[in-house]
Amino acid sequence: MQDITQHLINGLSLGSIYALIALGYTMVYGVLQLINFAHSDIYMMGAFASYYVSRWFHLEDNPGIASLSLALIASMTACALLGVAIERLAYRPLRGAPKLNILITAIGVSLFLEFSGQLIFGADPKVFPSLIEDVPLIDTEFVVLKSLEVTVFVITLLALGILHYLVYKTKFGKSMRAISHNMTTASILGINVNKVIVITFMVGSALAGVGSVLVGLKYPKIEPLMGVMIGLKAFVAAVLGGIGNMTGAVIGALLMGLSEEFVVAYLSSTLRDALAFGLLIGILIWKPSGLFGKNSIEKV
Amino acid sequence: MRFLISILLLCGLFGLNACTEKSDELAIGEFGSLTGNEATFGQSTNKGIRLALEEANLAGGIKGKKLKLITYDNQGKPDEAASVVKRLITQDKVLAIIGEVASSRSLAAAPIAQQYKVPMISPSSTSPKVTAAGNYIFRVCFIDPFQGKVMAKFMTENLKLKKVAILRDVKNEYSVGLADVFAKEAVAKGAEVLADLSYQAGDIDFKAQLTQIKSKNPEAIFIPGYYTEVGLITYQARQLGIKGVFLGGDGWDSNDLERNSKKAVNGSYYSNHYSTESTDPKVQEFIQKYKAKFSEVPDAMAALGYDSAKILFAAMERASEMKPEQIRNELAKTQDFSGVTGNITIDADRNAIKSAVIVQVEGDARKFIANIAP
Repeated sequence: MQDITQHLINGLSLGSIYALIALGYTMVYGVLQLINFAHSDIYMMGAFASYYVSRWFHLEDNPGIASLSLALIASMTACALLGVAIERLAYRPLRGAPKLNILITAIGVSLFLEFSGQLIFGADPKVFPSLIEDVPLIDTEFVVLKSLEVTVFVITLLALGILHYLVYKTKFGKSMRAISHNMTTASILGINVNKVIVITFMVGSALAGVGSVLVGLKYPKIEPLMGVMIGLKAFVAAVLGGIGNMTGAVIGALLMGLSEEFVVAYLSSTLRDALAFGLLIGILIWKPSGLFGKNSIEKV
Repeated sequence: MRFLISILLLCGLFGLNACTEKSDELAIGEFGSLTGNEATFGQSTNKGIRLALEEANLAGGIKGKKLKLITYDNQGKPDEAASVVKRLITQDKVLAIIGEVASSRSLAAAPIAQQYKVPMISPSSTSPKVTAAGNYIFRVCFIDPFQGKVMAKFMTENLKLKKVAILRDVKNEYSVGLADVFAKEAVAKGAEVLADLSYQAGDIDFKAQLTQIKSKNPEAIFIPGYYTEVGLITYQARQLGIKGVFLGGDGWDSNDLERNSKKAVNGSYYSNHYSTESTDPKVQEFIQKYKAKFSEVPDAMAALGYDSAKILFAAMERASEMKPEQIRNELAKTQDFSGVTGNITIDADRNAIKSAVIVQVEGDARKFIANIAP
């Protein structure tokens, strides 16, 4: 039964990465009621941004906190800028259009990024550099906990903490929540809706940027389609927790990571993806608003 | 703008087609994974074939005609492989086709080559099912049952390890075939299979399976997969503190293997088609020429690409007429062809009979460990 502890560590670590990406989906949905399918490809672009920056500065030669921070900043900046650009060029012109139009645009942007990625970076996978030394912290016969794993977890917690502060303790957070409640009223009350939406995109995308570096560290293989599966899983996690609800997204993601881990360990790896999408279908049938979502009555 | 691009694309297509219409050249088709997850497989094979082609053309071509290679990328996708092979046959009218490395993609293409009766030579697909597709499908490498036996024998007799775990790519014909034979042979030789788990190509997280394997504490772990996943698996296995020896098949053979695994794969063994450490002058000459042209050490896929092209050219030279049917008949008669990857004889099932080598990964080098004859 010792391996259960190891499975728990693995599952939580995987789940915390899903959480970073799921938050981006949930935040954008919160303010715009839009499922930003391009989010998973913003994440991919972040991975490549940090990959090229690390190569440029030879970060692999001196791994440590400084190198890691530099890669994180590069990835977050690239993602935030890309997020803003997408909002500005693709979504804002359609703000008044029917929801379906924006949804289809989002899918289009996603495909555009994926295949321009293949064109620019090439379709073959690249090896993400080791930006931090991997020394065992706990190394018993039963459980191995490496510094890398801990770093991933600490960075995730840090990012979540900052996000929580941003949303619940600052004026921006207040306006964001006001917009998610009712956009028209918020704008009547003098909130600059466009500005808040832009910042929301920036923050959500930057979180995906953090996620991409962490994935690169844990699973050092990056390629232009790397966002597809992980993005879908994170999206399912966001729906599981109740899309639009940030606590829900984190808990949904952790549940997702853990259940995947245990399914693969004790049943079969072929069920890994089946589980994710089975969960999605189950949620949509029995609790469409998700675990933490509010049941809102659609006004006719 | 979009209109302009599509016009340009169309022009490009027709331009390419126009090039292939020359009749004083002999067109050979090749399909391979030049991009995608197993990109080095396709690229190496392509380089090997190009080297052979260049040599043949320098020597005056075949029966006075120059050879011409038409290569298409299948991006590592079986459905793409099928469509490019159809294109090679129906549009480019090639005389013969060389490809693929991965069994799943050769299997997708073989029925089409068979249907149009164009000989297809797989340089390195080891699944037995590939050549079973019909009498126009050949290969110049050994098959999985042999490779599985070789690794089981090596593990139990040379390394004297008896406790093994298997981690197979469940959606991959090659991996499943190899794992099955290995498991059977290992048990027959007195070893114990402690765990037989699976993954799927494209996965990046293998910690769940590896944690299960770790709890069984095996002495060896057999991973019959391709180098991209093998890199990630061995990396994560060492992270979890798994200490056993990793064993694999020829799907490991890539210059990217060590880089993908961040050095975790060093010291592991796998079965392969040839060793760069061979003292055979033919092998050394090939390595020299390849290095001079591409400035890298040829891996086994390059060597097999080279051999498959050489065997094809020899068959074309012998053929009475430059027709796919005659070339096929001559290919089937290949006897004791002395290639870079050993002496190759095509048997009645159109498979090659030849020996395998075991190599050990040491950085970018592959240390020769043993030669195991059929």
